[in-house]
Amino acid sequence: MSPELRRRETVAGYLFLLPSLIFFVGFVVIPMVMCVVTSFFDATMDLNTPDKFIWFDNYIELWQDPVFLKGLTNTLIIVLVSVPFTCIFSLWVASAIYKMREGLLSFFRIVFYLPVVTGSVAVTVVWKWMYNNYYGIFNYVLKNTGIISKNINWLGNPQYALWCIILILLTTSVGQPIVLYVSALSNVDNSLVEAAEVDGATNTQVFWRIKWPQIMPTTLYILIITTINSFQCFALIQLLTSGGPNYATETVMYYIYYTAFKLYRFGYGNAMGVILAIFIGILSAVQFRLAREK
Amino acid sequence: MSKDNGSSVAYKIFSFVVLIILAFLFIFPLYWILTGMFKPPAVINSPTPQWWPHEWTMRNITELFSRRTAPLFGEIALRVPGALRWLINTVFMAIMAMILTCITAAMAGYALAKKRFIGRAFLFSLIVAAMALPKQVILVPLVREISALGLYDNIWAVILPTVGWPFGVFLMKQFSEGIPGEMIEAARIDGASEFRTFTSVVVPMIKPGIGALAIFTFINSWNDYFLQLIMLTSNSNLTISLGIATMQAENSTDFGLIMAGAALAAVPIIIVFLLFQKYFTKGITMGAVKG
Repeated sequence: MSPELRRRETVAGYLFLLPSLIFFVGFVVIPMVMCVVTSFFDATMDLNTPDKFIWFDNYIELWQDPVFLKGLTNTLIIVLVSVPFTCIFSLWVASAIYKMREGLLSFFRIVFYLPVVTGSVAVTVVWKWMYNNYYGIFNYVLKNTGIISKNINWLGNPQYALWCIILILLTTSVGQPIVLYVSALSNVDNSLVEAAEVDGATNTQVFWRIKWPQIMPTTLYILIITTINSFQCFALIQLLTSGGPNYATETVMYYIYYTAFKLYRFGYGNAMGVILAIFIGILSAVQFRLAREK
Repeated sequence: MSKDNGSSVAYKIFSFVVLIILAFLFIFPLYWILTGMFKPPAVINSPTPQWWPHEWTMRNITELFSRRTAPLFGEIALRVPGALRWLINTVFMAIMAMILTCITAAMAGYALAKKRFIGRAFLFSLIVAAMALPKQVILVPLVREISALGLYDNIWAVILPTVGWPFGVFLMKQFSEGIPGEMIEAARIDGASEFRTFTSVVVPMIKPGIGALAIFTFINSWNDYFLQLIMLTSNSNLTISLGIATMQAENSTDFGLIMAGAALAAVPIIIVFLLFQKYFTKGITMGAVKG
């Protein structure tokens, strides 16, 4: 490349990037940096009072804050239950539907994606009604089938509340993984599958030996996006239980919101944000490693 | 398939039955919203549910549209029901976010895929790294930034951050990789300017990608409840999701009214999704192909 052309390419490249970079730097990079910086300050909503630099005090306080620790535990439970379940469930659905006729395949794909499109607020309010102690359909069905003998206040009971939330989360998480798995499975190299079938391989062998390694990158991507999504579970908690009863459904994300926008402790909230980002970063890195080794 | 024996046929029937049951369960909440909005309060607040409304009422819908009014747009004098204003706000937000994202991302994606310049590799890794971070974590500092810009409680406060999110750039880079270099070269030799090459050669080739990104951004922006919650406060600035959430906090047991609101939030976006779902599916899968 001639120097003239190279110069032209560089200028053009940056001009094309400029509009996007303004938004990216302004509304992603700057807040990200501010998140880390503010976490070392005693910062409030008030822009007129100067923030006080307090070193690691926010981080030290975090590990002595029982609500944060409870929130962290609940978040980890949500992640540990919903991530494997979402992956297995969506892989099963995808392998059951990917060979179907186009119309039928679209139908199932749409149906499982429906809770995502419906939007978290609409989904949450209808589930709130279904879980309701007096008018909810859950108590009606379970009582009439003899599974329970008296009404259960699902969301008001610390024993069940978190599981009720996980159930809704699952229905809103499988849509995207199913779409991804369907596309990955239909892209599996068919000549290998046919060769193996000629050699008398069983369906199970074909799946684990041939298809599974080929859909591994998709699995990895799904693991990562599902982990990030489960960590960020928020609307469900805010609209259904506000973290209650007795912190049974407190999550890190909800506590960040509560600290920052109800208690106006920005610095403390941001310290939690940093910890959350680190957790997600570590988990993604571990998943990436594991997938690479296999 | 010649290898099909009895057990695999049985498995196929079994899995089909399970799928049908699951499909039913996944549709049910939506069904419950759409029928619930037409049920009278006595039926809604009864321990015995009606699977299909015996008596249809418009009460919930009338109630939804008779609540607090707001100006139709901006601060003009014509006042409309709050719920209608929320819907207008939401449509405006989603369309603006969509247009801005598509323009900026298409340009940036093309530059990252086809231009050779210093800092390109660094910028791209920064974008990928940002995508792996939890989006909601940056929203707390974002509120302070938006307040400092004087945009707090303004519909642009929920549009601008959506445009900044780098997924679109990533997606458009994937699509732009597929443009043959010779076509760009040919345009250059013909003396077309860089910008003209972009609009007349590149854009037509990445149209399906832009379609995918458009629908993806529209739906995500419509449903981004957390961002809306922390940025918007006054009644006439709310989005439909936020309006419904506020309404359910105020009348937590009037499920009929709340279902009418939920339907107003969900039905338009579901229609958009159904109309464009082919593009949407493409967007999801292209975004996953690692670059």
